[in-house]
Amino acid sequence: MDLQVRRVVTVVVCLLATLLLVAGCPKAPEDESSLGAGMPTRPTKPALTGEPIKVGAIFSVTGTAGAPLGTPEKETALMVEEMVNDSGGINGRPLKIIIEDDQSDNTQAATAAKKLIEADQVVAVVGPTLSGTTLAIVDTFEKAQVPLISCAASIKITQPVKKWVFSTAQPDVLAVARLMEYLKAKQIKSIAVLYDSNPFGKSGAEVLDKQAPENGIKIVAKETFESKDTDMTTQLTKAKAANPEAVICWGTNPGPAIVAKNMKQLKMSIPLFMSHGVANRKFIELAGDAAEGVVFPAGKLLVAETLPETDKQRQVLLDYSKAFQGKYGKSADTFGGHGWDALQLVIQALKQVGPDRAKLRDAIESTKDFVGISGVFNLSPTDHNGLTKDAFVMVTIKGGNWTLAEQ
Amino acid sequence: MDGSGLPQFIATGITQGAIYALVAVGFNLVYSATGIINFAQGEFVMLGGMFAVTCYSMLHLPLALAVVLPIAAVMLVGAGVHYFTIRPLRRAHLLTLIMVTVGVSVALRGLAKVVWGADAYPLPPFSAGESLSLAGANINPQSLWVMACAAATGAALTLFLRCTLQGRAMVACALNRRAAQLVGIRVERMHMWAFALAGGVGAIAGSVLAPIALPSYDVGLALALKGFCAAVLGGIGSNAGALLGGVLVGLLESLGAGYVSSGYKDAFAFFVLLLVLLLRPSGLLNVPTRREER
Repeated sequence: MDLQVRRVVTVVVCLLATLLLVAGCPKAPEDESSLGAGMPTRPTKPALTGEPIKVGAIFSVTGTAGAPLGTPEKETALMVEEMVNDSGGINGRPLKIIIEDDQSDNTQAATAAKKLIEADQVVAVVGPTLSGTTLAIVDTFEKAQVPLISCAASIKITQPVKKWVFSTAQPDVLAVARLMEYLKAKQIKSIAVLYDSNPFGKSGAEVLDKQAPENGIKIVAKETFESKDTDMTTQLTKAKAANPEAVICWGTNPGPAIVAKNMKQLKMSIPLFMSHGVANRKFIELAGDAAEGVVFPAGKLLVAETLPETDKQRQVLLDYSKAFQGKYGKSADTFGGHGWDALQLVIQALKQVGPDRAKLRDAIESTKDFVGISGVFNLSPTDHNGLTKDAFVMVTIKGGNWTLAEQ
Repeated sequence: MDGSGLPQFIATGITQGAIYALVAVGFNLVYSATGIINFAQGEFVMLGGMFAVTCYSMLHLPLALAVVLPIAAVMLVGAGVHYFTIRPLRRAHLLTLIMVTVGVSVALRGLAKVVWGADAYPLPPFSAGESLSLAGANINPQSLWVMACAAATGAALTLFLRCTLQGRAMVACALNRRAAQLVGIRVERMHMWAFALAGGVGAIAGSVLAPIALPSYDVGLALALKGFCAAVLGGIGSNAGALLGGVLVGLLESLGAGYVSSGYKDAFAFFVLLLVLLLRPSGLLNVPTRREER
C-alpha cells in the first residue's frame, strides 16, 4: 500500500509541478528585457556631479490588494530615474529614487514613510499605491512637512485639502461626471445601477446617487452583488422590470464581466455602461463577446492611438507607452501612469526651486497646465489633484479592442 | 413588482442550486467514509476550474480534454491531501481532522494564488449557442450542463455507495471503523479513495461552473460555505438530500435577492443554515446522522 500511495504522490507532485511551470511561464517577461539590457550600449551620458537628490517612493509591490497596481508604478519609477539621469539629471545633479514596498499594508506604509523621511532625508515622497495606505500616513507627512504625492484615487486624500498632500489619480467623482455628461448627450433619462459590494463599487454607487438627480437622470433600480458572486441574472431581472433606458454597472473584475454575460443571456438590449474599473485587458478576456459595445469612462492611455492629433495628451501618452513597452516588454497601464505623473510633478518642481521641501511644496501646488498621463493638471491651494472630468474619455469595446465611443 | 421576474428567479435559483448541490455531494462523500467535514471541498472546486482553464488556454488542449483531465488531477490532489495531512493523524480526534481540512483549504488557496495570481480566468461554454427562452426565463445552455452534471454525479455516487462492494466498504468505515477493519476492509485506503473521489466531484463542479463563474484562486470558500448549507439542509450524508438542499438554498437566495434585497443575498442562505442546525439538525430528509464510534 505504501508503495502504491507513494507512486500516487509522486504523480501528484509531478503534475502540480508541471502546472506550476506552465502557469508560471508567461509571467516572466522581465527576463527578456533584462537579457537585452545585459550589456549596456547606451550613448555616453553627460557626467553628473554633486550629491544625488533623493526622492522617496512607497509602492505596494507585493500584497493582495496592491501588487497589480504597485508593480507598474515601481517599474515606471525605475524608468524615470534612468531617463532623468541619462538626460542631464536635475540641473546637473543626479536623481536617486528610493523605493520602499509597503506590502499593501498600512503599518508597513507607516514604517516606510518614517524611514524615508528620517533616515533617508528625502525631499519628497511619491505614492503610496492604495487609498488605505495613503490615508494611514497622511498625518506623518503633515507633521514632518514633507510633500507627499499619492497615486491613489480616494477623494478623502485631497478633500479636505491637506497642505502637504497631493494625488495624481483621477477620483471616481470625475468618472461619474464624465459618464453623466455622456448619458445626457444620449438623452438617457432613467438608469438601473448594479454595483459591486467592495469599496470601489460602493463609493461609485454613492457618487452616482448624488450626481444622477443633479443631471436630471432617475435611478429606477439599484441592486448590489458580492465580488465573488457567480450569477447576477436575479439582479438584472429586477432591474429590467423597472424599465430603465440603460444599465450602469460599477465594479472591478470579475463581477462586471458576469453582468455583461448575464445581460446577453437575458437578451437585454439596452445599453450597458461601466466604470473605469474595467479599463483593462482582463475584462475583455473574461467577458468575451459580451464585452462588445460596453461603454465606460477611462483614462486616455487606453485609446492613445485613436485620439485626435489635436489632443494635448496624445504625444505624452504615446511616448510613455513606447518607453514602457520598450523597457519591460509589456503594455503600460493607468497605474504606472499615476506613478509617472507624480514623479514628473516632483521633478518639474525640483528643476524650478531645487531640493527644499517647503519651496518644493509651493512649486507643486502652483503647477499649471502640466500634461500628464492621467490628464492635464492644474493645481491650486484649493485643489491638490488638479484634474477635471476631461481627464476621462468615453471608451467602447469593438472587435475585442478599445475605441473612442461616438459622442 | 409584478410576477414577470419569477420564472427567471427560479431558473437562476436552480442553476446556482445545482452548483451548491455538487459541492454538497463532495462533502457527503468524505463524510460518508470518514465522518470528516472536509472544508477543503471548495478548494477542490476551485482547482478543478483552474486546471481546466490552464489546460485549455495555456496548454491549448481541446475543450473536452481540458474538462476531463482536471478530474483526474484533482483526484490526485484529494488523495494527496489525505496521504499528507489526514493519514498521519489517523489517531487524532475527528474535530482535529476537521480543523486540519480548514488548514488544507487555506494552504491550497495560497498555493493557487502563487501559481495563478489574483486574476479570474475565462473558459468557453461546453456547447455554443444563444440562451434558451423557456416559460419566460432565459437559460444559458451551460446552466443545463450544470444541472445535468449535478443530477448525474449525485445519482452515480448514490449507486456506488449503496450497490458496489467498494462503496459499501467505504460506508462501513465510517459506521464502525474497528468492525470494518475486523472484516478485512483496508480503512486507510478507503479513506484515501473517499478524498480522491471528493476531489473528482469537486473538479467536475469546478470545470462545469468555470464558463459561468470565471474562476479565480479565492472562489472556493464561498462555494464551500453554500455547499455546506446545502448538505446540512438536505441531511448530511444523503445525496438526494444534497440535491434538494442545494436547489433550496439556490432558490432561497435568488428569490430573496429578487423580492427582498440583493444586499442580503448571502444572509438568506446562512440564516436557513442556522435555523436547520437549531431546529432540525438531522436535515430535511431526516437521515439519521451517522456517527463514528467513540
